[in-house]
Amino acid sequence: MKSDVKKTKKALLGQRTRNGITNGLIYFVLATLGILWVLPIVFLLYTSLRVTPNTGIINQLFPDDLQLGFGNFARLFQETQFGIWLGNTFLVATCSCALTTLFILMVSYALSRMRFKLRKPIMNVMLVLGMFPGFMSMIAIYFILKAVGLTNSLFALILVYSGGAALSYYICKGFFDTIPRSLEEAAILDGASQWTICWRIIFPLSKPIIVYTILTSFISPWCDFIFVNVIINNTSPEKFTVALGLYRLINADKGSFNTNFTVFCAGAVIVGGIIAALFLSMQKYYVEGVTSGAVK
Amino acid sequence: MLKGKSEKKENIFLRFFAKIKSIFLILAHSSVATKLSCCFLGVGQIMRKQIIKGIIYAVLEVLFVLFMIFFGGNYIAKFLFSGHLGTQTEGSYWNEELGIYETVSGDNSFLILLYGVVSLVIVIFFVSVWVMNIKGSLANDRLLAEGKKLNSFKQDCSLFINQKFYVPLLVPPLIGLLVFTVLPTIFMVLIAFTNYDYQHLPPSKLFDWVGFANFGQLFSIAEGSGFLLVFLRVLLWTFVWAFIATFTNYFFGMILALMINKKGIKLKTLWRTLFVIAIAVPQFVTLLLMSKILDGDGILNKILGTTIYWLSDTRNASLLPRVIIILVNMWIGIPYTILMCSGILMNIPQQMYEAAKLDGANAWQLFIKIVLPYMMHVTGPYLITQFVGNINNFNVIWLLTGGGPGDNLLYGVGNAQSTDLLVTWLYRLTTDTNVQYNMASVIGIVIFVICATLSLITYNKTKAAKNEEDYQ
Repeated sequence: MKSDVKKTKKALLGQRTRNGITNGLIYFVLATLGILWVLPIVFLLYTSLRVTPNTGIINQLFPDDLQLGFGNFARLFQETQFGIWLGNTFLVATCSCALTTLFILMVSYALSRMRFKLRKPIMNVMLVLGMFPGFMSMIAIYFILKAVGLTNSLFALILVYSGGAALSYYICKGFFDTIPRSLEEAAILDGASQWTICWRIIFPLSKPIIVYTILTSFISPWCDFIFVNVIINNTSPEKFTVALGLYRLINADKGSFNTNFTVFCAGAVIVGGIIAALFLSMQKYYVEGVTSGAVK
Repeated sequence: MLKGKSEKKENIFLRFFAKIKSIFLILAHSSVATKLSCCFLGVGQIMRKQIIKGIIYAVLEVLFVLFMIFFGGNYIAKFLFSGHLGTQTEGSYWNEELGIYETVSGDNSFLILLYGVVSLVIVIFFVSVWVMNIKGSLANDRLLAEGKKLNSFKQDCSLFINQKFYVPLLVPPLIGLLVFTVLPTIFMVLIAFTNYDYQHLPPSKLFDWVGFANFGQLFSIAEGSGFLLVFLRVLLWTFVWAFIATFTNYFFGMILALMINKKGIKLKTLWRTLFVIAIAVPQFVTLLLMSKILDGDGILNKILGTTIYWLSDTRNASLLPRVIIILVNMWIGIPYTILMCSGILMNIPQQMYEAAKLDGANAWQLFIKIVLPYMMHVTGPYLITQFVGNINNFNVIWLLTGGGPGDNLLYGVGNAQSTDLLVTWLYRLTTDTNVQYNMASVIGIVIFVICATLSLITYNKTKAAKNEEDYQ
């Protein structure tokens, strides 16, 4: 009996040290990788603060005459139209976010909660449409917009971002699918119209997925630069969004990288800051959205 | 066997004709109002005192007729029935009567095709309005025969927030979809059957239908113009990239998530935030930053004192740039997996762990026998969507290397470069100085076929599609 206790004690002790070793290893891995992940961000912050005279050209990480300050941020607002770009992006993001969210909610509500003859065909057609690469239609979209005289305007950008939004209804529909039908039936017995059910019962229950949809559709115009590149003229910088503006800042011509790199970093820090703030404050909903899309 | 098939076919034809016949019979026996509705939309409704509804139908018909006369008819004729996309080239022509050269604006094949497609869609829309109108009128006939009252406009409207609530819900988004996805897609698919490239650019030149010639070019190995070898190289890299990118992100992300969530590990929030912060930085910022850091005369080489062309070394079939791309992609993608896996891992029933531990399973066995199967079960479809997403991952490649480095030995035709995916190649074909919209479209169709096949396989295997009402 006594030896048994001893044995288990010994085994436990062995396990504990083994556990300690694995935990140590894990801490080591996490710390190393964590540093690796943060390093580029630190580099970005650091470069945005560097005002070492007349550079842009960065050929030393720590030059002798290193100076830090907010000069790049000042240059960003004085020498470029970054303020306007921020305003543009905010406008486009807000409008397209509102439209996109509305469209997605409408489509997924109809396809999830209602039954009608064309439901399956519509879902199938949308499935097939989603498999064509978006770039393929981009040129055609450009010419359609040109035919109605809408290119080179922020309005066109809003339309393009939200026009095809209905295609990404899956996650939201998946969420609506999980709401019990009995709730609805009770309301119907009380004489509620479908509109009332949708507005008063289903939507209040769907806060996480609505926040998720709003969040993702608000963020995407801040990050996209391909559609902007096609729709907005390179010669009218007053219509750029931040993504295109920053891209042009260092890619406009061969020399622009060297003169503008630190300024670019300053702009990137501002944009990154905005998105990070949004994202981190809404992280809970984001996870819920992603997982409810995946757990299927 | 064969006989059975042909019989079946005959059956379908017979049934089709029977149906048409019955439709005619129904119309022949219908009321005057319905008969009138066949030609003059809305008249039937107005005769039945459904005035607002009738006026809406009538206005639609007038608009449609005006559209066809002044715009659509012309384009539809050229697009559908002439067999060519315009015949008259722009330029000056000799006018014999006046004895001078005249500048003629000429046809624009592009606009003929575009407006042709638009007009066709409008015609289809109108035909469905027409059918709806007749059906409505027939329904009215039936109601009257049964001695019931017809719906007033108000009642019709209230239907739209009740049984037919899906109509107002679906119409606006679907119109958006029609204009910004369906129309452009049809248009670009049609481009694949034309010779629309830098030698046939409207408005100064015409382009025309060429049938399947572009597909022939894609699969030909002719010196100088055959795309096949280049296409296969790009396709192979696309698949290799998509596979490795998906695999690395998924497994390393999952392992990191397991580490962070392991019992006894402290500072969980700190570790998670360290990784998740990377999501918050917009992709284009990270990618542009990386591309500049890793540039031939970028900061990394300055620090290391080396001259390694991280993103433009063409040796060993551009192995180095490819590896770097995958590493950078891991930096971007792993945080997403961590975020997602953390949520799912917490859902694994604790009893399963404990039972396995009692049986003496070690950590590795736990992972292989419990965690992995569970994760694969739950996230299987997600993996396939990721794979498809990576096949179309334009941003990472375009912003990091721009598809480069160029390698004329292996990628002579079609301006492909060595880290190009099918999508970036497609994009280059449409933005290059030697644009080849036709080949870009063909590649787009190939991408569609690949993605469609993959998605259909998963879609059929997912329970979600079949049991969507499980939880209701």
